[in-house]
Amino acid sequence: MGQTTPKGGWVNLMPNIVVLVKRVPDTNARIVVSGDRVDLSAVKWVISPYDEFAIETALQHKEADGGTVTALTLGPADSDKVLKDAKAIGVDEIVRVWNDTWNELDSNAIQSALAQAVTDLGAEVVYCGKTAADTGAGSTGPGVAERLGWASVSNITDASFAGGITVTTPVEGGSAKVSVSGNAVISCDKGSMKVRKPNVKGIMMAKRAQVNVVSADAPSSSVTIVSQSPPPAKPAGKKYEGGSSAEEVARLLRDEANVI
Amino acid sequence: MSESVIIAETSKGSIAPVTAELVSAAIALGTSPTVVVPCTDASIADGAGYDGVSRTIAVKGDCFANYDASSWAAAIDAAAPSGIIIAAATPQSKDVAARVAARRGLSIVQDVVAIDGMNLTSPIYSGKAMQTVSVSGDAAVSVRANVFPAASSSAANVSVVDQSGDVATAVQEIIARASERLDVAEANIIISGGRGMGSPDNFSHLEKIADVLGAAVGASRAAVDTWDEIPHSMQVGQTGKTVNPNLYIAVGISGAIQHLAGMRSSKYIVAVNKDADAPIFSHADYGIVATWEEALPVLESALSSMMS
Ligand SMILES: Cc1cc2nc3c(=O)[nH]c(=O)nc-3n(C[C@H](O)[C@H](O)[C@H](O)COP(=O)(O)OP(=O)(O)OC[C@H]3O[C@@H](n4cnc5c(N)ncnc54)[C@H](O)[C@@H]3O)c2cc1C
Ligand SMILES: Nc1ncnc2c1ncn2[C@@H]1O[C@H](COP(=O)(O)O)[C@@H](O)[C@H]1O
Repeated sequence: MGQTTPKGGWVNLMPNIVVLVKRVPDTNARIVVSGDRVDLSAVKWVISPYDEFAIETALQHKEADGGTVTALTLGPADSDKVLKDAKAIGVDEIVRVWNDTWNELDSNAIQSALAQAVTDLGAEVVYCGKTAADTGAGSTGPGVAERLGWASVSNITDASFAGGITVTTPVEGGSAKVSVSGNAVISCDKGSMKVRKPNVKGIMMAKRAQVNVVSADAPSSSVTIVSQSPPPAKPAGKKYEGGSSAEEVARLLRDEANVI
Repeated sequence: MSESVIIAETSKGSIAPVTAELVSAAIALGTSPTVVVPCTDASIADGAGYDGVSRTIAVKGDCFANYDASSWAAAIDAAAPSGIIIAAATPQSKDVAARVAARRGLSIVQDVVAIDGMNLTSPIYSGKAMQTVSVSGDAAVSVRANVFPAASSSAANVSVVDQSGDVATAVQEIIARASERLDVAEANIIISGGRGMGSPDNFSHLEKIADVLGAAVGASRAAVDTWDEIPHSMQVGQTGKTVNPNLYIAVGISGAIQHLAGMRSSKYIVAVNKDADAPIFSHADYGIVATWEEALPVLESALSSMMS
């Protein structure tokens, strides 16, 4: 990120960039519940879709300002694959934070451990996904930022890096161009950026890449999973043939559903 | 009774209706809520009085002129009492609630759609499953709209706290949405078009119905990806917006799992599709097997005469 020298010129301190990536079931996967837990034994695992935009934004930041991009995940050893996928796309370093005593961490624990890992890595800016495809929460970016005492901007749809970081983020009635000074966590939506795909060289390099496994502390969880279940089945709807039935449907929306 | 803090939802300078639903959620949690209103003008807090709420705090600060997550969280945290934090599950309130929770070292449970004691249920895997968690001690909770009944309004007992946080980001430019149309994320009724609309020009047929209903116009990803005229901001689904309206009308949309992920929790779903076997029909309360060319003019005239 740029910093003014006493003479007023710009020098670029090469940023140490971290991108958070999470392993999730492919969004096409069928989610099966057995007993009172989701059974994920048969799903294909991928990088959470919005994290791909985070990787792309991080790589564009590096291309503008230099520095390094480290992909960081919190998870057990089977998360190494998404780190290698990130490596194949072009990140420099891959780091996994884990502690074998961890099990079903809540958001407080996940954010604390990630914040500690980000600090240990000496990062100045963190990119992450807007929401993870499993939790759908959108808590991690702002939560990690708060724990680091950093700024955060969420759900960005565009970014530019001329003279500092400027991002586009939704606001009421439209969107805003916002400049970020200092350290920040930025969560990425699908925007105008096209994500790059791994090339053959990247895939070869990723095969040989070593995952750096680090440890961190996490407070004990105060939120525990009671059960997981299939979504409530909807009663069968009514189905009509032909465009003229739209009149009857309009009437039902008023008289039966009471929604208009 | 334990305490809770409701972060009021504001829109266009007044209290948004979902705030009244948060009061019912707080009561379902067995808590006694204080409503906190982030604002630049404390008078808007007069609209944040509800049966069951004994205290409303207007947190007044310059930082609330524009959204900056860090300063909002600092100012709200400083003014709000302790207790369970409850916010609406809108993108901005989920974000600020996550920061307030982190400031207090609390966990957060987002997008809650059911409350049973301290057991909270939210969708996971884009609504392909539901998860119930139990919460011990304080936490932050965001609650989806249209789930809990609205508490009745009553006179607000407002105290004003001047509180500012250091703003960490600076707005350079606000880019107004090209059309004055409602955003799908803010709408109670949505009519969306898919690739079956054939061309972006045909979205004007959806806009006409949207105007009759006061609805927003949405789109499938295939429509957004195929036609430059249909912006990503209209996209509903896994990589678009998650919506939870009272009524969702899907026109020329097949009902792919990633589209369903963004709209399946809508209270009522209407589908118009020429293919009787389109998957969207298994999720529709009212399905019309017809081309949109046949169905939309009929729908528009029926709705117009009902609404006039
Ligand atoms: C990682 C990932 C993320 C994705 N995220 C999203 C997302 O956020 N949102 C999303 O929508 N999709 C998303 N998709 C894409 C999704 O899988 C589907 O491809 C997409 O939803 C299909 O859009 P559609 O229904 O408009 O088009 P199609 O599948 O092409 O369906 C068109 C429908 O229109 C009907 N039709 C045709 N002509 C007419 C007519 N004249 N009148 C009436 N009906 C007609 C057809 O019978 C058909 O059912 C995602 C996919 C992936 C892999
Ligand atoms: N266990 C994790 N490891 C690495 N990154 C994570 C993890 N959990 C969440 N994230 C990041 O935070 C984003 C939002 O996650 P969530 O708050 O769960 O919706 C994800 O898209 C990731 O970028």
